[in-house]
Amino acid sequence: MNPSNYVVLSAVLFSIGAIGVLVRRNAIIVFMSVELMLNAANLAFVAFARMNGNLDGQVVAFFVMVVAASEVVVGLAIIVTIFRTRRSASIDEPNLLKY
Amino acid sequence: MTELMPAEGVFSLIWVLIALPLAGAAILLFGGRRTNSWGPYLGVLTVAASGVIGVLMLLGMMQNSPEQRTYGQTLFTWVFSGSFQADMAFQLDQLSIIFVLLITIVGTLIHVYSLGYMAHDDNRRKFFGELNLFVAAMLLLVLANNYLLLYVGWEGVGLASYLLISFWQHKPSAAAAGKKAFIINRVGDVGLSLAIMLMFVTFGSVGFQDVFGVADQASEGTLTAIGLLLLLAACGKSAQFPLQSWLLDAMEGPTPVSALIHAATMVTAGVYLIVRSNVIFTAAEWAAVAVIVVGLITMWMGAIIGSAKDDIKKSLAGSTMSQIGYMITAAGLGPIGYVFAIFHLLTHGVFKAGLFLGAGSVMHGMNDNVNMRRYGALRGVMVITAGTFIICYLAIIGIPPFDGFFSKDDIIHASFERSPIIGILAMLAAGLTGFYMTRMVAMTFFGKARWEDDAHPHESPKVMTIPLIILAIGATFLGMALVYWGNIESWLEPVTGVETVELALPSWVYELTTLVLVLIGAAIAWVSYARRDVPVEAPHGSWLTRAAREELYGNQVNDALVVQPTYYTSRLLVWFDNKGVDGFVNGSAAFVGGLSGRLRRYQTGFARSYALSMVGGAVLVVLALVLVRMS
Amino acid sequence: MTDVAIDVNTGEVVVFWVCAILAVAGALGMVLSRKAVHSALWIALTMINLAVLYVANSAPFLGMVQIIVYTGAVMMLFLFVLMVVGVDSSDSLIETIKGQRAAALVLGIGLAALLVWGIGNGLAETSAIGLDEANAQDGGNVQGIANLIFTKYLLAFELTSALLITAAMGAMVLAHRERWTERPSQRIRSIARFQRDGHPGNLPNPGVYARHNAVDTPALLPDGSTLDLSVPAPVRSRADARPIDHADVDEVREITEGKSE
Repeated sequence: MNPSNYVVLSAVLFSIGAIGVLVRRNAIIVFMSVELMLNAANLAFVAFARMNGNLDGQVVAFFVMVVAASEVVVGLAIIVTIFRTRRSASIDEPNLLKY
Repeated sequence: MTELMPAEGVFSLIWVLIALPLAGAAILLFGGRRTNSWGPYLGVLTVAASGVIGVLMLLGMMQNSPEQRTYGQTLFTWVFSGSFQADMAFQLDQLSIIFVLLITIVGTLIHVYSLGYMAHDDNRRKFFGELNLFVAAMLLLVLANNYLLLYVGWEGVGLASYLLISFWQHKPSAAAAGKKAFIINRVGDVGLSLAIMLMFVTFGSVGFQDVFGVADQASEGTLTAIGLLLLLAACGKSAQFPLQSWLLDAMEGPTPVSALIHAATMVTAGVYLIVRSNVIFTAAEWAAVAVIVVGLITMWMGAIIGSAKDDIKKSLAGSTMSQIGYMITAAGLGPIGYVFAIFHLLTHGVFKAGLFLGAGSVMHGMNDNVNMRRYGALRGVMVITAGTFIICYLAIIGIPPFDGFFSKDDIIHASFERSPIIGILAMLAAGLTGFYMTRMVAMTFFGKARWEDDAHPHESPKVMTIPLIILAIGATFLGMALVYWGNIESWLEPVTGVETVELALPSWVYELTTLVLVLIGAAIAWVSYARRDVPVEAPHGSWLTRAAREELYGNQVNDALVVQPTYYTSRLLVWFDNKGVDGFVNGSAAFVGGLSGRLRRYQTGFARSYALSMVGGAVLVVLALVLVRMS
Repeated sequence: MTDVAIDVNTGEVVVFWVCAILAVAGALGMVLSRKAVHSALWIALTMINLAVLYVANSAPFLGMVQIIVYTGAVMMLFLFVLMVVGVDSSDSLIETIKGQRAAALVLGIGLAALLVWGIGNGLAETSAIGLDEANAQDGGNVQGIANLIFTKYLLAFELTSALLITAAMGAMVLAHRERWTERPSQRIRSIARFQRDGHPGNLPNPGVYARHNAVDTPALLPDGSTLDLSVPAPVRSRADARPIDHADVDEVREITEGKSE
């Protein structure tokens, strides 16, 4: 099977994730969208690894997962902290850093 | 050129002539209050000692043959740079010695006079120190053997003149007059410095001997340029048209200053410069013509201004301008006139000093009032002042046997030799001299007393009247002595050259005509100002009178031609600076500020907006990559 | 390609299309759900399908990690946080930033189109080399990845461990709420309660009888008057307290004390 199918799927998922980031206001859903984008990238890596016949792409995908896990942990902690003070998980609320 | 004689015997003291008054100035100006009590006397003594040395030098000079009367003394090399060399070196010849004697002897008399005149001034010490400084600078000017050293003296007298005009600097008018004199003199000084540079470029030297030795090798155009630049210098220092306007304001200084600097000595430095550079003017014909034109214009301007001014000192200042105009005219005539220019300079130095000191004596008795309309009938209360003043008056209008007769008639003769037009103008100006001087004498000493209520006229102390008497004696006999006994023509001949005057008519015709014109002028003035009552308030007068009172609009012309354009140029530059330069700078700042103010609206604070921008950028990058790859 | 490979391929094609459709559906569901919990469930679906696709791509190790780490750990973390924030918190679907939604759609679809077009052009003619050889080298997929991680990518791996530690520390610091005062003891709270104005103990119960099982009936005091405090405050403020029916009182007294004739 042509690996371009996987890569196209990856691109579609990535774009859906990007739209999610841009459109949704709930910080947690935004985070989920980011995770989706990362997963899409991972899929591309895996497909490329198979296409090129070496495992480096899989190792990179593995590292991406680790980094994504770290990011989720810290990001969710930040969301919790913000929620604690502002009683809201909307990412439009903290907009004081502006003109 | 004549060979320089080594400076031996009394002539080894040339430098002392300058050093004495310079030392006096240094002691008085730097000595502080300790010298208050004896300082003025020291000032008198130094000048008098220089005068004695000068007399001894004259006597020593007369023992040599006419060709051996030029002495040189080199002290040290002053400036040495590449091919340029200027020495601290002096040249004493027949021309210089006349100036030395005029400066030191008249200077001594005026110093003595000042002892009385300035007796009550708190700053007497400063006054005498600056007078000494002036004498030293003036002696340096006439003794220098190169133009650069002459320039030092030239600037020195300008400095002293500035300091002394604004001596009473608490008066704004005096301070302004000093600045005016200094600034206008700068114009002339620029001419002199340019002339010196041009000489160095042309001749490779600035020494008198070197320049005059090779002057005939230069092109006439260069010589004319040098001559005109020297004329500009002379105009500045001698208050000749068009740089004349400072002299009348210079009368703000103390009267002895007016007598010494602005009548007898400094203002004649221009004449000295032209006569000293006679080689150049003889070779550059058109420069000489320019000299004559300037001289004639100033001669008439001065006379007209002098006829209308009610301020006795300003009237005398106009007279000084006019008389120096005579000298400049004579100096422009060539070898035929150089001698007479110096002759008139000498006699004028004596009688004009007498007139100024007499005017100072009158003012001394009239509470420093200078308005002649407030004088009148003073001959009874100031016998000596009136007597000496009238003697000097007779000398200036040229009544024989007083000395102005000899010198002025010689100039008129020489003018007729050159051109009847110059002669007639000079002759008519002599008639005008008769008018304004008679007006002055009549308004001051004759007619009815128009004194102010608090005026108590009195004769001045002996310390002031004795110099007046000596000057009056000089004004009486100096001319006769120089013509019949001293023979000034042959005395100056080695320096200036001499041409015999050959006139179309016998010389007595010219003398008689001049005398008649002078007497007519005097009679008109006598009828108008002695026989009739002089109104205390000046009448409106004709347009000429009003113009003359305004100094023939010299200040207005300067103002319109120089001051206002400069002022408006400055305003324009300020405007340009504010609107143009600042406008550009501020405008660009405002542009950036305004742009930022609008651009910062895009910083909404919404993370999603920023993310949108990022995605937009990513799309662009992908688009670029795809396009590049696909093409 | 050999005939055998065609069979393998056919299976993979089926797996791909099923999983791809499910993954895209999960992604769209995640974006379009109003409730965050639904979003989380939708994305879990996507991730599981992705795990299957990983396995199909000769990456069994990553497929397992995907399920364990993502679907297991990360999504559970999301759900925990959702519980903290409020499980039923839902977005309003009205966009507040002008033009954001339209621009996002245009850009997102544009990006997808560009990528698909570019990939379609760039990879249309390629075929996969396959990982069989690479996996066989070290005796399996896991061994091969382990070989790479602990040799070629050792430094990155060590740095990742540092990153994880740091992230854990950061999460603790961020989520930790510092207590500035000492925790009040029961005694202190008790004292405070009694110091407040009002009724320290329980308020009296309302007058609930067998006949009127309602809280709007005030309690009767021994002298026959009623106690307002026994009625709940809202009822009291609306003046809805039921008046005492004296016939009832008498009837009750009769029942308890016998007829007083």
